[in-house]
Amino acid sequence: MAQLEIDNLSVEFRTRHGVVRALDAVSLSVSRGEIVGVVGESGSGKSVTAYTVMGLNDAAARITKGAITMGGIDLLAARPEAMRELRGREMAMIFQSPRTALNPIRKVGKQIEDVLQEHAALPRRDLKKAAISALARVRIPDPERRAEAYPFELSGGMCQRVMIAMALACTPSVLIADEPTTGLDVTTQAVIMDLIREMSRATQMSTLLITHDLGLAGEYCDRIAVMHAGHIVEIAPTEELLERPAHPYTRRLLAATPVPDSRLDDLNAIPGHLPDLRGALPPCRFSGRCELRQPICDEAELPWTELSPQHLVRCRFPLS
Amino acid sequence: MPIAPGCVRLSMGPHPLRRAAQAVAAAMMAGEPLMAFVWKRLLGTIPSLVGVVVLTFFISRALPGDPAAFFAGPAANAASIASIRATLGLDRPLPAQFVSYIADLAHGNLGRSLTTGQPVLTDLLERLPASLELSSFALLFAIGIAIPMGVWAATRINGGVDHACRALVTVSAAFPTFFVGLLFVYIFYFLLGWAPQPLGRLDEIAFSPPPRVTGAYTIDAVIAGDWPVLRAALAQLVLPAISLGLFALAPIARITRAAMLEALSSDFIRTARASGLPVRKILMAYAFRNVLLPVSSVLGMVFSFLIGSNVLIEQVFGWQGVGAYAVAAVIASDYAAVQGFVLMMAVLYVLLNLAVDVFATLVDPRVRFEG
Repeated sequence: MAQLEIDNLSVEFRTRHGVVRALDAVSLSVSRGEIVGVVGESGSGKSVTAYTVMGLNDAAARITKGAITMGGIDLLAARPEAMRELRGREMAMIFQSPRTALNPIRKVGKQIEDVLQEHAALPRRDLKKAAISALARVRIPDPERRAEAYPFELSGGMCQRVMIAMALACTPSVLIADEPTTGLDVTTQAVIMDLIREMSRATQMSTLLITHDLGLAGEYCDRIAVMHAGHIVEIAPTEELLERPAHPYTRRLLAATPVPDSRLDDLNAIPGHLPDLRGALPPCRFSGRCELRQPICDEAELPWTELSPQHLVRCRFPLS
Repeated sequence: MPIAPGCVRLSMGPHPLRRAAQAVAAAMMAGEPLMAFVWKRLLGTIPSLVGVVVLTFFISRALPGDPAAFFAGPAANAASIASIRATLGLDRPLPAQFVSYIADLAHGNLGRSLTTGQPVLTDLLERLPASLELSSFALLFAIGIAIPMGVWAATRINGGVDHACRALVTVSAAFPTFFVGLLFVYIFYFLLGWAPQPLGRLDEIAFSPPPRVTGAYTIDAVIAGDWPVLRAALAQLVLPAISLGLFALAPIARITRAAMLEALSSDFIRTARASGLPVRKILMAYAFRNVLLPVSSVLGMVFSFLIGSNVLIEQVFGWQGVGAYAVAAVIASDYAAVQGFVLMMAVLYVLLNLAVDVFATLVDPRVRFEG
């Protein structure tokens, strides 16, 4: 069984303007040491998936069906206090814009100590040393001095390293990285992603990489799930997905992803918008944007098509 | 402009300023950024203080009322008024009066009050502790209620405490201080008889004030170990401090709630929650510490407002503070006393702001020691 299993998860938000069905029957698993990418445009449900796993969803969110297990523990049945103890120890999360994700008026070393103090069975006097070695593990130069720095005294890339050091301080078995390189410059992006990959390999950690950047996911993930409007529309090993995309949306995403030598004219924007997730929705939520739509697409349940044991696509007419 | 000579004299003013400048240089060389910052800020307030001195001088003289006539009494004739005016030096042209005022000021002499016959500085120093005591208790009362309430309201938006907070903020902001004071006297003294007579700081028939150390009766009573007097002084303090504090409560509670809400929705709180930190630690060590900065700057402002509103509440409760003194001075056109009062308030205001800024540098590492 995989370390992290999301099974048939549906989440909705009760808002003043109606019920938003943010996730519908999302299934995803991450094995030990595996990096799985969740790719999609803004509003596709990537982050909601991540927050639901962490138990950090907004109060307006309601899990209507499905299950999430981590290492055999049923996360949806766990009491809030039990979830809090798992967060930071068994599962950790890093965020985009690391500078604002750290407490601006607390020394970064102290912030790591806070996590260690809560989750690691360490005597108080060893906390500082442990925090410094957490910083050293993510190869922050001169960690003793950096531990005394405030976030505003560090660069964005350095702050993201601190975030990673903090997330990995208690060697969690699951790491969720929510757009970890957004807002960092390109060379720093590569350094940070290399670090995440190295760490997940070294500790056999299951990593869920949430990104809108298919290119980034293609480079670092073992498998990729493509999300659209609260559905996973296609999931496959990275190479297979990039070479033989079967869902029209995946193909569109690939065409919209810049590659070396591509010019602006070569990039194709995806026509249309995400559908409004309130009210009645067609079984295929992409049908409104799909060029290959057939009348039958709007009827009946939408089947999963299995192109290979690892390659699933949620489309009646997969491309080949 | 007649101002020029005074300004020059003040800015060349002998010892204190030169000492301050030397202290700035010394502190900077010694690598003490905080002290250098304090000195630099103090030097930077000199222009505003000069402005205050000039303005109060001319405004107090522009006000209707003639101190000579006031002192000569209702039975006086023109000749006796004129002779009093001459003894007071008020027959001289304004610029000449101004120059001698500045000259006195440079020597730390605020002049002599016409009503009390004492040096203004002595009067003010004697009464200031009473006002500070009242304002401090009012502020403590306001902080003690407003900050927990704001924090609590922010953690449970639209909960019971949040609604109570909103109601209290609206009510306390809507009613003028003196009205609340009168209402309290009516209810708690006149109707219920719970409070002592609203006639000053201590029931001096039953008690005698404690030996003066700080001038604040409550503190002096503690120093003297005189518990009955402490109790009596506190009993006198309750109503005025609460009426004054209610007025301070609204801005503090509002800012605390808003700043706390903002802090709680910020990215670093999300990180703290994702790290599984306990709720209490997230609220206090993470959210609330970030709220201290906006709250402290509001506290500074509120405290200076409080010292200002003292004027009204001291009238209502017969409090022998600087506010009541200032009101009496304005009515009597007691120029020296009015000027002294305003100048003292300006200095207090400057010191208060400085204290807030120093506090900010201690709370927030991002705030640098810049002037």
